[in-house]
Amino acid sequence: MTRKLFTFNGGVHPEGHKDVSNATPIANLPLLPRYVVPLRQHIGTPARALVQVGDTVLRGQMIGAAEGYVSTAVHAPTSGRVVALEPHEVPHPSGLADMCVVIESDGLDQAVEFQPLDWRNLDPSALRNRIRDLGLAGLGGAVFPSFIKLNPEGGGIDTLILNGAECEPWITCDDRLMRERAAEILQGVAVMRHMLGAREVLIGIEDNKPEAIAAMRAAAAGEAEVIAEVVSIRTLYPTGGGKQLTYILTGRETPTGGRSTDVGAQVFNIGTAYALYRAVALGEPMLSRVVTVTGHVAAPGNYEARLGTPVADLLQAAGGALPGSVGKLVGGPMMGFELENDAEDNAAPLTKAVNCIIVKHPDLFPAKPSALPCIRCGACARACPADLQPFEMYWFSRAKDFGKAQSYDLFDCIECGCCSFVCPSHIPLVDFFRFAKSEIWERERHKHDADQARTRHEFKDFRLEREKKEKAEKLAAKVAENKARDAATAAAIAGNAESADPEAERKKAILQAALDRAKKAKESIAPQNTDNLSPAVAKQIEEIEARRTQADTRPEHEEGK
Amino acid sequence: MNGSPYLLRENNSVTVVMLKVLAALIPGVIAHVWFFGPGIVVSLLLCGAFAIGFETLVLLMRGMPLKPFLTDGSVLVTACLLALALPTLAPWWLYLAGVFFAVVVAKHLYGGLGQNLFNPAMVGYAVLIVSFPVTMTQWAAPYGVAHAIPDLWEAFDLVFAGAGAISPDAYTSATVLDTWKTQVRLGKDAADILGQPIFGWAGGRGQEIVASMYLAGGLLLVANRLTTWHIPFAFLAGIAATAGALHLLDPSRHADPLFHLLSGGAMLGAFFIATDPVTAASTPLGKLIYASLAGFLTVIIRTYGGYPDGVAFAILLMNVAVPFIDAYTQPRVFGHKHGGKRGQA
Repeated sequence: MTRKLFTFNGGVHPEGHKDVSNATPIANLPLLPRYVVPLRQHIGTPARALVQVGDTVLRGQMIGAAEGYVSTAVHAPTSGRVVALEPHEVPHPSGLADMCVVIESDGLDQAVEFQPLDWRNLDPSALRNRIRDLGLAGLGGAVFPSFIKLNPEGGGIDTLILNGAECEPWITCDDRLMRERAAEILQGVAVMRHMLGAREVLIGIEDNKPEAIAAMRAAAAGEAEVIAEVVSIRTLYPTGGGKQLTYILTGRETPTGGRSTDVGAQVFNIGTAYALYRAVALGEPMLSRVVTVTGHVAAPGNYEARLGTPVADLLQAAGGALPGSVGKLVGGPMMGFELENDAEDNAAPLTKAVNCIIVKHPDLFPAKPSALPCIRCGACARACPADLQPFEMYWFSRAKDFGKAQSYDLFDCIECGCCSFVCPSHIPLVDFFRFAKSEIWERERHKHDADQARTRHEFKDFRLEREKKEKAEKLAAKVAENKARDAATAAAIAGNAESADPEAERKKAILQAALDRAKKAKESIAPQNTDNLSPAVAKQIEEIEARRTQADTRPEHEEGK
Repeated sequence: MNGSPYLLRENNSVTVVMLKVLAALIPGVIAHVWFFGPGIVVSLLLCGAFAIGFETLVLLMRGMPLKPFLTDGSVLVTACLLALALPTLAPWWLYLAGVFFAVVVAKHLYGGLGQNLFNPAMVGYAVLIVSFPVTMTQWAAPYGVAHAIPDLWEAFDLVFAGAGAISPDAYTSATVLDTWKTQVRLGKDAADILGQPIFGWAGGRGQEIVASMYLAGGLLLVANRLTTWHIPFAFLAGIAATAGALHLLDPSRHADPLFHLLSGGAMLGAFFIATDPVTAASTPLGKLIYASLAGFLTVIIRTYGGYPDGVAFAILLMNVAVPFIDAYTQPRVFGHKHGGKRGQA
């Protein structure tokens, strides 16, 4: 039985280097004295800390709760004491510090009680909430909270795709996981299929991993419940891109700006399926992941490490960096990033997003030659899996003509790096596209702010105009009133001419009129909106004021996050 | 900024691309030496030396480093293509003037590598054919036609010292394209024209083999993905279709398509000149439009124009249209609707 596969245009064949790290089984790291757990390990809002410095925690205890919708929980990797809750260096392309819970291990590794989930009978919404609280996020690198992706959204998803392509060079953690834990992965797949109501399950694996394909096929054959088809696909970077894999397996093109769910497919990394199995079958939160440590290290391989493990300890487990190493990459060489801190005692921790650490050596990663002008050879366009014209986008990005760059569909760029990889002029094309995108976002934010300011200004003008008009009307009314009153007074005087004391009568009338005026004036003064506040509102205002003062002293880098 | 990817394709640089293009010219050059003597070696060396000289000079004037800008090899490709497009055994100043206009005017005055609107070699050729029409029609005659083929030293001597007492007629002749055009206009019979010694089995004697060697080298370029099939195919198809149509209309006045394909600069132009990425259209559809129109114009200029060959002017004319063609032939981007709005500038 052969399935009709589709081929996207472009793509490149970088050297795989998979055999450097895929020969040995996944190894476990020993318990460490200290873990650094970032509250932001996923796409979306960081988790809200549930612990304070000095608290004792148990393994698997939730230490950060999902905040807002696009968020998920984080958990303590072992039992011990919270010694710090502070910004700490994290593996992120920005190189900025982020809020972390630092836990000092007590060496006992006591766990909270894990409760397996009755996934077949649980209410779907309740099940998703449990999965959120167990901290599941996609382990392929994008770390999108899994519970959101497990929502069938009205049942339009007919195809569940498991991404075992692992198309980036050097990385082998999915390869090893599939070889060693295929049955567990498929149990996780069963849960996914149940939750999404998908009809078809396709597991895409690049044909440079024959052992993984065999293991997954054997496991799939033994799994009666999920009829999953393991599809061997041609090795071609970036096959593992969500849109690319969906197209290869189904022929469906994810529309621009959309997700694969728009064409009825949902894509999960096989590592996520394995984590879901542990969450559901064992009730265990996402506490660890398999990470490839490779490149210029003594014992390259795959390591199952707790989230929060400092990179230095990971490297130590892999025998340490060999002499002559220069820097480390997080993720693959095509889409990963350089770890800012190259010190031996790198304290940046392992997160859900980190699938690979590559220790660089000039022989493995030669310095990039300086860029020459673009000769419009079109190699980039032929390599682009999104069918873009990178050299045109480059031209306009470089000239900061961002409107033109956008008209060449800049935002369809997935930043896979194929264009830079093939460029004979060695132009860092993707860098230019990242720059152009961020500039456009920045301008849109400015425009939004300006629009808001203009709206406010226009409303202020309108309000002033209105107040002026009201004042004029009031004045006119008053003048009319005065005239009427004077007339009335005159009439009264005339009418009361024969009364006992017309002079006294007239004085009384004037006095009364003055009193009336004063009373009216008092009434017409509107009460201010800060008077008569409820205590709750008053408190809110105080908080806002406090935040404002804080904002002024806030470190600059926190802005724009 | 210095972000991902951290890998680059190996053995991939502008220099490598240019060297491969030069290597693909070697079969044609060997054939040229075989049929026309070593004169071509002199013009190649001379153009190359002048080009490196001008390039160095301009780079220094522009305050640009010689490495990587001189070492990228692009100027050698320009020089070699120009040399192959010019008559051999011509006076040295002809090569100097051609290289000057190619390198200094067409390339650097437009901004240097990657910035030029017009193909530099063709600009050089066009300036020369407009300025020195007589010199530009004296081509080295092949063995069997020429009274004597100068050897290498004689060739140097001819180029630098001039012919002296020897008449250029002894070793030069008009091209077959030129001969065909003038004699057809004089009302000569097609069969008589083709029976002259400078005509071979399909094109010019010897020239047809040189063209075939350019074809072979060009196919190697396509096979090595240094250029795509679109431009050579469409250029040759444009020539063949136009020449074929004219030939069907009146075989006595219009040569057959194979003659057009194997004569003059057609093969060199198809694989090495029209394909210059800087000045050619870049989208797949755009390349087909650009090159087929260039092919069409080549035959039209050859047939109705005043110049012996039409390749240079056809390519230069189409160079002008490239930004326009590119803007309206943008390919569909992945995930965009078929037939939807194109990302035109």
